[in-house]
Amino acid sequence: MNKKRGSQSLVFASPPIITSTANIVGPMEGKGLLQEHFDCIMPDNLNNLDSWEQCESYMMEWAIKTAVNKDNSTMDMIDCVLAGDLLNQLMSTHFAVKKINRPFLGLYGACSTMVESLLVGAIVLDGGFANKVAVAASSHHDAAERQYRFPSELGVQRPPSSQWTVTGSGAAILSLLGNGPRITAATIGKIVDYGIKDPNAMGSAMAPAASDTLLRHLQDTGRAPAYYDMIFTGDLGSVGKQLVIQLMKEQGLDISSNYQDCGCMIYREEQDTHAGASGCASSAIVFSGYIYRALMTSKLKKILLLGTGSLHSTTSYQQKESIPCIAHAVAVEV
Amino acid sequence: MSNEIISKQSKEQLKQQVEQQRYQDKVDKFTPKPPLLKNICWAFVVGGLICLLGQFITDYFSGLGLSKKEASNYATIVLVFLGSFLTGLGVYDELGKRAGAGSVVPITGFANSIVAPAMEFKREGYVFGIGAKMFVIAGPVLVYGMVTAFIVGLIYWMGQGNRGL
Repeated sequence: MNKKRGSQSLVFASPPIITSTANIVGPMEGKGLLQEHFDCIMPDNLNNLDSWEQCESYMMEWAIKTAVNKDNSTMDMIDCVLAGDLLNQLMSTHFAVKKINRPFLGLYGACSTMVESLLVGAIVLDGGFANKVAVAASSHHDAAERQYRFPSELGVQRPPSSQWTVTGSGAAILSLLGNGPRITAATIGKIVDYGIKDPNAMGSAMAPAASDTLLRHLQDTGRAPAYYDMIFTGDLGSVGKQLVIQLMKEQGLDISSNYQDCGCMIYREEQDTHAGASGCASSAIVFSGYIYRALMTSKLKKILLLGTGSLHSTTSYQQKESIPCIAHAVAVEV
Repeated sequence: MSNEIISKQSKEQLKQQVEQQRYQDKVDKFTPKPPLLKNICWAFVVGGLICLLGQFITDYFSGLGLSKKEASNYATIVLVFLGSFLTGLGVYDELGKRAGAGSVVPITGFANSIVAPAMEFKREGYVFGIGAKMFVIAGPVLVYGMVTAFIVGLIYWMGQGNRGL
């Protein structure tokens, strides 16, 4: 049976089940809008470890182990771990998965990594290559800032379009058997680049990728936006969110009533993050917390999650290249 | 034939440029503008206060009987210490967030730009961390400061009709 639909989408024959999720966040996220949807809130961004990178590894390891525990499984039942983060050479992920000691595939999709992991995990399961996989993504504000921008104590003024990298990690267990919402379809995104060069305007750089994948998903599956109770993008922030609504409107599709961006759901206005949240953990913690719980309680029945990533590096930025962006989508239904 | 391919390519490039420009216009429409007046006021007040403090310190040292040059050297040392100290306490970045250039331009900002990376890269050790990374932000300022000083000196020297030699 051919599972491919249209040009970029897949519909799973035996849709993999998300049997459990877990998440952990830093103190700032813990004071935000979704505080009751986190499993663990760390007291500070170091959590008694020696470096921010170690803290990020700890978060991912904690999230995967907790998700496995919640699933009433043991680690040796996990056939494969699929995970990634923002740091060079996936540093945090590699040190986290080293301690887990299971077969592992590292994924890099910048901030789209959580959805990329869910998508690849679902393919592995539906293909019959595994019975249970763990997927995860993480980011750490200070570790990402020092890699991509400035030291955290430097007195710089951030522009109003800039976003705040989330400190946190989210993990999910996908199984062929069990209870929970199912990943029914997915769309693999293309790299889209509209020439935006400002790394402080990642929302506007990523918006065309998000709308491209969303449009492709709807065309490939023959669904209307209203098919979904909610459509979520990963970390476009307030600027990118408005742009996606505008770009879809130009295609004749109105998504303003059932669309939200995870980056706009995490922080409170007075937390002064400017345009909202960003980072791999933005979609990871919102999906593994708020969205998953809403699906489990049937508050939401059909959602589309679009992970959005800006694939630039500090080198490409310094060499004045524009920001290539990508978005992947997974449809999760009860 | 090859001309046709080239003209097709340049047509596509042009189309892409137009599309990118159209998108940029949309982005400009949705991107919030920085609060210019508020930022300017903050920069003026904070920058002014730092300079005022510097003047007080200079006057204090002058009052102790130091020459003008000596007094301003001591004032610089005190301001650099204050900038570094406040960076260490995690106060200076909070100030910089609001004051922008007002706290970047004075010498306290220069101290901040050296101490902040030194703190950040402590984990990588004294040589490849603190030693190597300390000047990542202040380095270009030093390089072009020295180049400018050299050029200005050269002009001054020529203006003097080479009397110096």
